[in-house]
Amino acid sequence: MLYLHNYFKLSITAFFWLMISLHVYNATAATEFSLADQCPPSFALSADNQCQLRNLYQLYDSLQSQGLGGLKTALPTHRDGFSPQQIDLGRLLFFDPLLSGDKTLSCANCHNPERGFSDGMARSVGAKGQLHQRSAPTLWNSAFLSVFFWDARAESLEEQAIGPLFSAIEMNNTPQQLISDLKQNAIYPELFQQAFPQSDDAVVVANIVTALSAFQSSLISLNSAYDRYAHGDANALNPQQLEGLNIFRSFVARCSQCHTPPLMTNQQVAVIGTPEPQGLARDIGAQATFDAELLRGGFKVPTLRNIARTAPYMHSGRFATLREATEFYNKGRGHAVPEGEKLQLHWHISEPNLTDNELDRLVDFMGALTDESFMPTIPQRVPSGLLNHSSNSHLGLRSGD
Amino acid sequence: MNNKIKVVFLILVFAGGWILGSQNNKAPVITSSIGGASYAGGYQGQQGAVAPRTEQGQVHIVEAGQSIQAAVEAAQPGDSIQVMPGTYSETVYIDKDNIHLRGVIQEGKRATLDGLGTLNDAILYSGNNVVIENFRITQYKGNGIMGQAGNNFEIRNNVIVDTGIYGIFPQLGTNGLVEHNVVSGIEDAAIYIGMSDNIHVAYNEVFDSVAGIEIENSRHAIVEHNNAHHNTGGILAFVTPGLPIKTTEDVIIRNNFVLDNNTPNFGAPGSIVSGIPAGTGILVMAADDVIIEGNIISGNKTAGIIVNDHSFAPTITMDIESDPNSDRTMILDNVMLNNGYDTIPEVTAVALTELHTGSVDIVHVGSSDGSCIINRHRYRAVGIGDYGECDFTNTDSIDSYLIAGGAQPRIIRPEERGEIAYLGVCTGCHSYTGRLIGPSVQVIQAMYAGNPQGLVDYINAPIKKRDNFPPMPAQNYLDAETQLAVAEYMLALEK
Repeated sequence: MLYLHNYFKLSITAFFWLMISLHVYNATAATEFSLADQCPPSFALSADNQCQLRNLYQLYDSLQSQGLGGLKTALPTHRDGFSPQQIDLGRLLFFDPLLSGDKTLSCANCHNPERGFSDGMARSVGAKGQLHQRSAPTLWNSAFLSVFFWDARAESLEEQAIGPLFSAIEMNNTPQQLISDLKQNAIYPELFQQAFPQSDDAVVVANIVTALSAFQSSLISLNSAYDRYAHGDANALNPQQLEGLNIFRSFVARCSQCHTPPLMTNQQVAVIGTPEPQGLARDIGAQATFDAELLRGGFKVPTLRNIARTAPYMHSGRFATLREATEFYNKGRGHAVPEGEKLQLHWHISEPNLTDNELDRLVDFMGALTDESFMPTIPQRVPSGLLNHSSNSHLGLRSGD
Repeated sequence: MNNKIKVVFLILVFAGGWILGSQNNKAPVITSSIGGASYAGGYQGQQGAVAPRTEQGQVHIVEAGQSIQAAVEAAQPGDSIQVMPGTYSETVYIDKDNIHLRGVIQEGKRATLDGLGTLNDAILYSGNNVVIENFRITQYKGNGIMGQAGNNFEIRNNVIVDTGIYGIFPQLGTNGLVEHNVVSGIEDAAIYIGMSDNIHVAYNEVFDSVAGIEIENSRHAIVEHNNAHHNTGGILAFVTPGLPIKTTEDVIIRNNFVLDNNTPNFGAPGSIVSGIPAGTGILVMAADDVIIEGNIISGNKTAGIIVNDHSFAPTITMDIESDPNSDRTMILDNVMLNNGYDTIPEVTAVALTELHTGSVDIVHVGSSDGSCIINRHRYRAVGIGDYGECDFTNTDSIDSYLIAGGAQPRIIRPEERGEIAYLGVCTGCHSYTGRLIGPSVQVIQAMYAGNPQGLVDYINAPIKKRDNFPPMPAQNYLDAETQLAVAEYMLALEK
């Protein structure tokens, strides 16, 4: 049923979205860029104007409060407490190409909501068409993360947000230019003042990354078919998905040992030895972050939520489909590690000898982790008036503002 | 260990050994472990992991030829399932609370789960208050019995033979009892407690496996009265780096038989246990506050007790959040016979730095902050020069680390439940004022004013009411209490 519901949401025409916007958002239509005073879905507004996350996993506990376990287990600690205005400002900034050095790229170019907040590319394209070393991870449920980037080099949403903004191969901006552009804009200074009323000078980098973090923390996906099974509906998964769940958590496949429920990641670094794309040198990953040879080729275990929406897979998008990515684990420990390459492979990388049928069922199960029911409204226009270019030029079709 | 550190280490140990060696002529201090002070640390626990039922639910009988899983699906929390002797080839998974799954033993014949070498795991459970007992399990590829996050479990009197990776593996659970099981022929650990709290492992026989009993990244565990024999390693307490729960603390290993664990290591390449040397009695690696008491440790050719840090292990990764040292190891009286008679070069090297030749009962490698021992003169020990004298002699005051009454579920008031469910689920489709995917809350309030039960009935089995709206998915996965709470919450909303 939820599948239908998602299908409905995703396949709807521009006309329908326009119709919704007239119903729901006509309050904001008059002043085009005033900020929301209500929280996004799944958040309660507190008396001191903070959005507090609510989800069904809050009914449960977890061992050592680490947010790891089985079906009815609490999630890891999360970020919330941002104001509705900060979240909404973050949403506008997120979709605004003004944030990039040459004003052609917004965050949404690589974190496109229509592609699971990823970009459908093996490796993302940054400023001046430069190809990034790695693929863009999904932003769904990043509120629950304490480790960011494939190589685990950041520990907060804010620290993460700084990275792409000022990276020469990503958005290639500078703090000076970014602040100058935002201050010269006719609309942003007032919006920043609304979102950060305590600041004398609200247009500062710290507030920009706070707003971006606030928006990212609002991207909650916890109502998939799997979740309904976890909360107690024995019929929420079809027989193929249920068979897949049992393979997923079996100690033959061992998927859940690292993609641990309920977030479907244990947020640890793992060296699994996937092949690099043709002609590319080994990406050393977390070795650089921790200055540790044992972590050579190690990457953060990614969440599997909405994984069916974010092909291709692995840190450099080596696998085009979920089936291929799943099959990697079945081909034998170290089968893709070139001769002479020394990797301390993770102990759960083994030789499970799963059947083709079992691999198919795992893919079915991962399909049951899709939920985009809290998709944020994508702004039709942003305060800079700049258009989103190229890959996400179609975003405007689903505008709500 | 890199070479430079190794050299420094050897010199330090050499000096320590020399000083200790020069004191060897004094008459040893003999400490009586009878009636002395008892260990006062740890966790104050109780017996039994699953609270006795105040009322019995239905009993479902499964006869040979029928499906155990079908009975699990039919069972309600509070029910019991009795499986008659016979052979069953299936994976049984229990994703509900308070189910007692029992094999029936008739004149020695058991309900046997046979994986035929093709099925993955025999029994998986995620529910709380689950009891699994009296089965025979064989020929599965994965685990015999595996728990994921279920609290308050009892796994008892099962015979697990030649089954895959782990025989019994509760993971991420609190408060569990594993007792009277006979587990053998396991490629990793016969009994493996992973990332769990408040555990009691007692009266089990584990043999012919790579590891007998492992306590890994877990706290408040007692391992007692087990017979661990003819494994590669007998009883292990350690921290595996790279796991999300980072510590092993407060483990008592007492009154076990740890005999002849000299089986050549047949662990899978790359597995953590594949680095265990054959002939290991008890191994402590990076675990803190481990007490070893009253064990009979005999015939383990590498050493009776090995305490080390992460640098000594070849198969593990690096984790900055993981403390690599074994702190506060406490060795009380143990009977140690004929250990370390054919040890590995690494142990010989450490022994030589202390001018020790011949067999080794106890070897400690790496820092040993806060560690202690009594009656050290009894043992052929190396690397324990920094061990102090323990200020207690026994653990008699501690019966169990299990939680009185069991681990309790989180208490959530009805109004909190209503808000959690409304915001966590309903707001994806319903807003207060306007149409989103479904009708507005105001429209719903007008229809069900004063009738929360009517709303509950609808969300349990929604019917399509409006042509231009998509059908609503049933919310019947919410329990009755949450359903009523969310209905009342929604009808009372004011904005």
